[in-house]
Amino acid sequence: MLAIADYGVGNLFSLRSSLKSLGVEAKLVSNPEELKDSDRIILPGVGAFGDAVKKLRETKMFDALKEEAGAGKPILGICLGMQLLLEKSLEFGVYEGLGLIKGEVRPISEVIPEGLKIPHIGWNGLKFKPHPVFKDIKQGDCVYFVHSFSAQNCPSVIATAEYGAELAAAVAEGNVIGCQFHPEKSGAVGLAILKSFCEI
Amino acid sequence: MLRKRIIPCLDVRDGKVTKGVNFLGNRDIADPVELADFYSKCGADELVFYDITASAEGRALFTDVLKRVASTVFIPLTVGGGIRTLDDFDRVLKCGADKVSVNSGAIADKTLIRRAAERYGSQCVVISADVARKDGGYRVFGRGGRDDTGIDAEEWIKFCVSEGAGEVVLNSIDTDGVKGGFDIEMLEALCKSVPVPVIASGGAGKTEDFIELFKKLPWVDAGLAASVFHYKEISIPELKAALAENGIPVRL
Repeated sequence: MLAIADYGVGNLFSLRSSLKSLGVEAKLVSNPEELKDSDRIILPGVGAFGDAVKKLRETKMFDALKEEAGAGKPILGICLGMQLLLEKSLEFGVYEGLGLIKGEVRPISEVIPEGLKIPHIGWNGLKFKPHPVFKDIKQGDCVYFVHSFSAQNCPSVIATAEYGAELAAAVAEGNVIGCQFHPEKSGAVGLAILKSFCEI
Repeated sequence: MLRKRIIPCLDVRDGKVTKGVNFLGNRDIADPVELADFYSKCGADELVFYDITASAEGRALFTDVLKRVASTVFIPLTVGGGIRTLDDFDRVLKCGADKVSVNSGAIADKTLIRRAAERYGSQCVVISADVARKDGGYRVFGRGGRDDTGIDAEEWIKFCVSEGAGEVVLNSIDTDGVKGGFDIEMLEALCKSVPVPVIASGGAGKTEDFIELFKKLPWVDAGLAASVFHYKEISIPELKAALAENGIPVRL
């Protein structure tokens, strides 16, 4: 069973529908026990980092996610969910993340030239290193981004997108994977990535 | 590099797609779910749905259409029409919309954009401005282009962005449905210094109109059109190939 960690932020309709279209039944899960029962976990999210951490702690899923990651379960963070995998975020304060992936979440304004629009919204091409989640897509394939913060000082970047600078588009350390873009909104390419994650 | 987006717009009334010329004389042309799926497969980068029903039954049909689209089409979906309160935002976001576009609702309630941006994030709030030339200036129109609000368009767009709108759709009433090209002059006058993505709407009649748009105004992020796509006067794969040949970055 694939668990989608539901901690009350964000709209999970499209994520569930996209998995369903791949024949994957996903369950919305909001407690540590059900996270443990799952085969793999998707950590979604839109909104602010601080709120999300607070809600993950309130539902006790914060520690459970760390345990499940430690036990080797495949975990995929999407957008804010990817950012939560990192050690800390500087969005509206300094917040501690799950620390499953080295690095921090900082404003993209620190790395891109002035004059470019923020957020980075739209379709951008991926430049990726070989990784099981990318096995069915091609270099340069486009995915959909919406973000103002990105993974920085991160040694575990497995894909980038060019927006005045090479922004981290995906990160991975072992069984823990994160993508800044929205695979559930990235057409056939996004579905291929989700499908590959479900086969890990 | 970010790709220029091609966005078909579907006006939905009583569960069907319509498209009016200069906003009047709508007629039904297709099933929105089928059309959305067709566009997604053709390479549309995003879809916009406008709910142009007034009745409660129509509204229920619309949310049903939206749910069915969001269950089968996995590209960004923007929804507009009849959005006046945060409850309206909630209603369409729960049915799978990614962004919500406001127009008359934001004119009637000047706090709507700020409140929506605070709750759902700026990336979720799109200001769609229907604008026409009037008395030597550019004026915002409400109610589907019928009411002159007297509001200066440049000031309005600035206000909406400062309130938290994360994207601007500029729809030129003067060129809408005329198929003589996008309103380059209006876009240049009103949107050049807008710090968020700008979507040009109104006037596309042929492939060259999109090429002209992105060549003359490289800061425009997307081109939106309805009837030329619905009536297959422009095919999206051919349009994108032509844009790519002209050095304009698109998702192929």
